[in-house]
Amino acid sequence: MRLRNLLKIAIKSLTRNRMRSLLTSLGVIIGVGAVIVMVAIGQGAQADIEAQITSLGANMVMIFPGSSWSRGVSHGAGSQNRLTLDDADAIRERATLVTAVSTEVRVNAQIIGGDSNWNTSIQGVDPEYQEIRDWYTVSGEFFTERDVRAKAKVAVLGKTVADNLFPGSDPVGERIRIRNTPFKVVGVLEAKGQSAYGSDRDDVVMVPSTTALYRLAGGRYISRIFASAVSIEVSGAAEEELTAILREEHNLEPGEEDDFRVRSQAEFLETATETSRVMTLLLGAVAAVSLVVGGIGIMNIMLVSVTERTREIGIRLAVGARGSDVLVQFLTEAVVLALVGGTVGILLAVGVSVFLDRVVGMTTIISPAIVALAFCFSGAVGVFFGYYPARKAARLNPIDALRYE
Amino acid sequence: MSAVIEASGISKIYQMGEVEVHALRGVDLTVEDGEFISIMGASGSGKSTLMNVLGCLDHPTSGEYLLNGRDVSELNPNEFAEVRNTRIGFVFQVFNLLPRTTALDNVELPLLYDRTRRIEDPRAEAVAALERVGLRDRITHEPNQLSGGERQRVAIARALVNRPSIILADEPTGNLDSVMSLEIMELFGELNAQGITIIIVTHEHDIAEVTRRIIEMKDGAIIRDAVNVGGR
Repeated sequence: MRLRNLLKIAIKSLTRNRMRSLLTSLGVIIGVGAVIVMVAIGQGAQADIEAQITSLGANMVMIFPGSSWSRGVSHGAGSQNRLTLDDADAIRERATLVTAVSTEVRVNAQIIGGDSNWNTSIQGVDPEYQEIRDWYTVSGEFFTERDVRAKAKVAVLGKTVADNLFPGSDPVGERIRIRNTPFKVVGVLEAKGQSAYGSDRDDVVMVPSTTALYRLAGGRYISRIFASAVSIEVSGAAEEELTAILREEHNLEPGEEDDFRVRSQAEFLETATETSRVMTLLLGAVAAVSLVVGGIGIMNIMLVSVTERTREIGIRLAVGARGSDVLVQFLTEAVVLALVGGTVGILLAVGVSVFLDRVVGMTTIISPAIVALAFCFSGAVGVFFGYYPARKAARLNPIDALRYE
Repeated sequence: MSAVIEASGISKIYQMGEVEVHALRGVDLTVEDGEFISIMGASGSGKSTLMNVLGCLDHPTSGEYLLNGRDVSELNPNEFAEVRNTRIGFVFQVFNLLPRTTALDNVELPLLYDRTRRIEDPRAEAVAALERVGLRDRITHEPNQLSGGERQRVAIARALVNRPSIILADEPTGNLDSVMSLEIMELFGELNAQGITIIIVTHEHDIAEVTRRIIEMKDGAIIRDAVNVGGR
């Protein structure tokens, strides 16, 4: 029998019992809808996490001072700090896989400004820091290369510090005192919110690295070096390049351990992405269970249908239909039922995700791949759960079927 | 004249629990091309069982059955279906039309299952068959919109549509009043005159009187087989 005739017969018998067909499809509609919505939510969450990590500067490579060991006892990170401004300059000169380099000198200090005071973290950095961390000023300007060379007493305030010292007013142009040294506020940074670890990233004051090192810290060694890899793909290679440069700079013999550590943001991103991917898979799998339940609904109704239409099957067999013709006919009905359910389920899922996105404010991403997969899967459900009832119909004996009351 | 049906020693035994029911006990029957035959007998005489065997709806327990010279008693289910589809037209007492399906679609049904030839326009062939039974203006009607006689005509058109060598009708007038019954017999007579071999089962004498050969059955065997001089 031709496909066109098969489809015609299937649609005719399905529309004969509209309500029943609708309710049967509902199982598949909900199943397919649930799978797509769950995966959309999972992928949305994944994208959120990626965006958050990228906001830290996705290409960022960090260099920390290493830990020292004496007689088998580790003194912990930073115990053997040998990172200097010269190291940063060496990287600036020789590294090819990084675009921006900034040092960071951290000092905790009490600052006085406006009518109050505040204890915060002072970060001595270079202007490239903005680019590396993707973190810019919303008011005023960041300090410049000239300020760094001149050890200028200028400061850029984080949002939290600005709000605490100068509530309700723009602090640009105001004066603050850090460890009794007067600084001029030249800019305010945009709000970054909480870090992945829950600390307030806006509770910070940035000053030129040289200023922090010589005027506030009074030491030789810097806390960290930040660099930006040319792209996220080469961040691994950039790590290796920076390691080689620093080993040479620190005169380390081959076989001698590094006295510093290099870490890239890409590694962190990978872990976080992997975690949310597993989460998405789990959500999808749970939703897939409801699709299977929908399939059982199809099987149930097809079995009822075969019993009800025993006489029709008898007539078809009597005029020359083969068992396989009857099998294909009932299988077609089950698949049509499942695919209609799948299509409506996809539309429903799109509607729900748009609602979640626009109204609830949840990021959802519907990927064409998962839609195609869900559609194919619903068709497979139709074949799988339709086969047993269809086979039952095909095995009927024409005389018994014709006599069936 | 060549034989359409050559059946010899046909027996059919049903197992009803512990009891064996001998529905047919060694029936021999030869039907020549173009014959018009009625089979009579009380209910339980085996005439419907014989029709089912002749119509390839059922296998005989033993015996040889040649249809158009081909042995069909040992065919597999698919070959059996093909014989039903292309060689035999079956007409039932209760019409057995698909409900809520137009006359045209009902008549077209056997053509959809025909694998032996490529049918260019099954619609046209179905319309032609309906024309032969005089229902040209009823093709879009569904069975519940038709009278009993018209329904049986649709069923006959369906039996005709694949140009079978023989039409088997199992009590075709059993559910019809006498006027409609005579109309249906008239139609069978016309089709027979066009060269189609027809066998009908009936227990009404005035129906059987229309045919040229009357076979009587009792307890699964043929007890009388005679030419009916008054038949057409």
